[in-house]
Amino acid sequence: MVPSLDDLRPGETGRVVTLHGGGAVRRRLLDMGIVPGAEVEVVRNAPLRDPIEIRVGNSFIVLRRGEAARIEISRRPADAD
Amino acid sequence: MPQRTTSTRSSMLAALAGQQNAGKSTLFNALTGVRQHIANYPGVTVEKKSGAYADHGLHVEVVDLPGTYSLTSFSLEERVARDFLLHDGPDVVIDVLDASALERGLPLTFHLIELGRRVVVALNMMDVAEGLGLDVDVDALRAALGVPVVGLIGRRGVGVDRLRETIRTMAQPDTPSPAVAVVDYGTLEASIATVEQAIAEIAAQRSRTASRGVALMLLEGAAAAELLPGIPTPDLRRLQQVVKREIEGFAASAAQVADHIVERRVRRAREIVSACVRTRRMGAPLSEKIDRIVLNRWIASPFLLAIVWTVYELSIVQGYELTKITWPFLASFRNWASSVLPAGGFLHDPLTRALGLWMVDSVNTLLNYVPIFLILFALIAILEDTGYMARIAFILDRVLKRFGLHGQSTLPLILAGVFAGGCAVPGVMATRAIPDPRARLATILTVPFMNCLAKVPLYALLIALYFPDHKGLILFYLSTITVVFALLIAKLLTTTVLGHMPTAPFVMELPYYHLPTVGGVLRRAIERTWLYVKKVGTIVVAVAAVIFVLLQFPGLSPERAAHYETRSASAISAFRQQMAGSPYSPAIATQERLVDLVNVYTAYRAEKLNAGSKSSSDAIDAAYTRDHSDFVPFLIRSRDAKARAAANALKTLVDTRKDLRREMKDERLVGSVLGMVGRALEPVTRFAGFDWRINVALLSSFAARESSVATLGALFGSEDGDVKRLEERIGEHGSGMQYTTVTAVAVMLFFALYPPCLATMIMVRLQTGSTRWMLFSMAFPTLLGLGVATGIQAIAPLFGADGLITVSIVYGATVLLALVVGLIPNPFVRRPVVPATTASNPQASP
Repeated sequence: MVPSLDDLRPGETGRVVTLHGGGAVRRRLLDMGIVPGAEVEVVRNAPLRDPIEIRVGNSFIVLRRGEAARIEISRRPADAD
Repeated sequence: MPQRTTSTRSSMLAALAGQQNAGKSTLFNALTGVRQHIANYPGVTVEKKSGAYADHGLHVEVVDLPGTYSLTSFSLEERVARDFLLHDGPDVVIDVLDASALERGLPLTFHLIELGRRVVVALNMMDVAEGLGLDVDVDALRAALGVPVVGLIGRRGVGVDRLRETIRTMAQPDTPSPAVAVVDYGTLEASIATVEQAIAEIAAQRSRTASRGVALMLLEGAAAAELLPGIPTPDLRRLQQVVKREIEGFAASAAQVADHIVERRVRRAREIVSACVRTRRMGAPLSEKIDRIVLNRWIASPFLLAIVWTVYELSIVQGYELTKITWPFLASFRNWASSVLPAGGFLHDPLTRALGLWMVDSVNTLLNYVPIFLILFALIAILEDTGYMARIAFILDRVLKRFGLHGQSTLPLILAGVFAGGCAVPGVMATRAIPDPRARLATILTVPFMNCLAKVPLYALLIALYFPDHKGLILFYLSTITVVFALLIAKLLTTTVLGHMPTAPFVMELPYYHLPTVGGVLRRAIERTWLYVKKVGTIVVAVAAVIFVLLQFPGLSPERAAHYETRSASAISAFRQQMAGSPYSPAIATQERLVDLVNVYTAYRAEKLNAGSKSSSDAIDAAYTRDHSDFVPFLIRSRDAKARAAANALKTLVDTRKDLRREMKDERLVGSVLGMVGRALEPVTRFAGFDWRINVALLSSFAARESSVATLGALFGSEDGDVKRLEERIGEHGSGMQYTTVTAVAVMLFFALYPPCLATMIMVRLQTGSTRWMLFSMAFPTLLGLGVATGIQAIAPLFGADGLITVSIVYGATVLLALVVGLIPNPFVRRPVVPATTASNPQASP
């Protein structure tokens, strides 16, 4: 199965492969720096497990698991391009 | 801008652009100071802030554009910002860039440069970047971008003068526009050139420098008509054809072209960051360390509760203490108004006096809350500015989502009065920031259920009267049950009438924690309080006048009027008889002098009651001795037996007058238009336990909730010179009310569910853009409230339950229902994700 951001546990890191879906949300995520190739770390879950907080560069972003599930990642950080 | 460059300009238009959380508002305040103007962009509800400053003879007008991540047409805010940049021709664009998040911010900078405006980069939050171990080379950044870059710490005002200076040099006519080719789009460059050429053909008169940015937006899929207004339709169609051909030649869809553009910009941003920023290895940032505690799974909820309790305690409880200090000022304002208005007669007051005092009372009731509002809104501004408000949304999103709301529904709900005291008007306004259309509408419709500050006095009144031994418990019930009601209603609405609406996800940046600045907090608190006061100044005053008329007319019948005249005449003659032979009777030889005496006595008593100390009390005595020497024996207590007799006789007369006036007022009220409406409704509201008096109060509270207490005040007779608080007045009247504790519970719960006041409804109309939703927001709670109150009245007596037991059972049942609804797993159907959302904008200040 292809791993998504939703599969990462707090403290784990992955590299964005693709953003599925479309429209405003996808564009918003891209604008926030969640672009293919970007390294993302899951920082923590909200107290009720959803949403999750992730770190991209120096920014901290929160999103629901539903959206995280549509962000495809690779677990083994690939070489920088 | 080649069209106006003959000499150095004397005025400039500057646009402040930038991403959210980059410190744009702070910088705007630092630049323009207090000279600000808030309006809406034409046709939309997006707030437009503009201000101005003078700098060495140069007048600079600054427009604060909405915070946006980019300039697509996906959201209203982005469209507004884009249109301003394209069509309003700012002379300079100040791009506020967060030095600690350069990689994310630079793509917008590129786009601004590509639009061909003169850009100056305000590299803000240098201190935050420093704290993160980032050394930003400002000169290298300037070289890479080809535009001026000024390092800033906006919150401390560091660098603001340098920024002004840079803007001033840009007023020089020979300032070149920046090179627009700041990003290499690789294989797309040929298409960009083709589209630019096509634009030039149809819009040759336009500044060509802007065309690269416009070409890129077209290739991303933006409509040519929006970007180039005023171009004939056939030309636009031809351009659109060219764009379509280029898109199809490049990729399968415009979205893929957009991806390519984003990717190229991000790549360029990374190049620049790696060239201009040196990273020292540091531990976790301070914000993250704080969040490890504050957002810890076990600590987060108790901490949030503690914050909520602190805000409640400081604003509502302590604020209420503060109103005890400010009230005497309002009372002396009333006494002053009473003294300048035409003097009252013995039985009847001139209309101007009655109306004037009525208006003063209405306004006073409202102004009494101002201290509470200032504290409340200041604390909320602190929560926002520190960044904790965004964390609250993060913590609560899951719960709110279960009930069809959204993490960002938190701020509107808090503003409207989760803490038992707020105002629905700023609350409804703040719903703008919710990106999910369904949750947004659900929030707009549930915000009025919160306990706005105007509901609190009615609660306080009824609690003090009927539950004197359980004040805290009942207030706790009422202030928490409304939240539970709101959640249940949100769930009900989103699964029924709002079920078809599109939803949008929760995606938000958690800003770093900041120490709020005193100026920023005060500014926000005053802005929001002013919004409330403006409501007082307009709607409430207007409505108070209307209600006054409805309560006065048609007035007493001639027979009844004669009846009261007879009674007052006999009271006066009884007084004169008692005074016969008294050495003080010459002072009241004529009827006019007698009325004067009665009025002076009433004013004297009012001032004495309002006097806070022995010395001010003595001062009042001295003033009356000076101004009304012949009345002194009647007013000021003395040892002289004859004077005491005179004073006692006068007191009897004044008491009789008070009673007569009250009876007349009651009778006039029963026969008045509003009284008749209240009576006409009684057959229906009887089941809910409301008699006509309560109906009248509730009717007038629709105009503004504050009016309910004001009207109750009138219903329970605020006699001239009576400056006591309403609680005391109704308390004195208590024996006259035939209400039970269950009735009190029914009224309070009805009031908790009562429809929004007029001002809120207008705001609902504005924010939903729909009259139907406005009417719904009025009708639905009325029916619901009546249903709940009727149910309580019908069921409670069956079990012989008193008010306390009833309210406890209702509370328990509601909370249980909410738990059940909240725990049932959602029969989750994915709704279509909305194509164009209103931008999420957690920091936007309403």
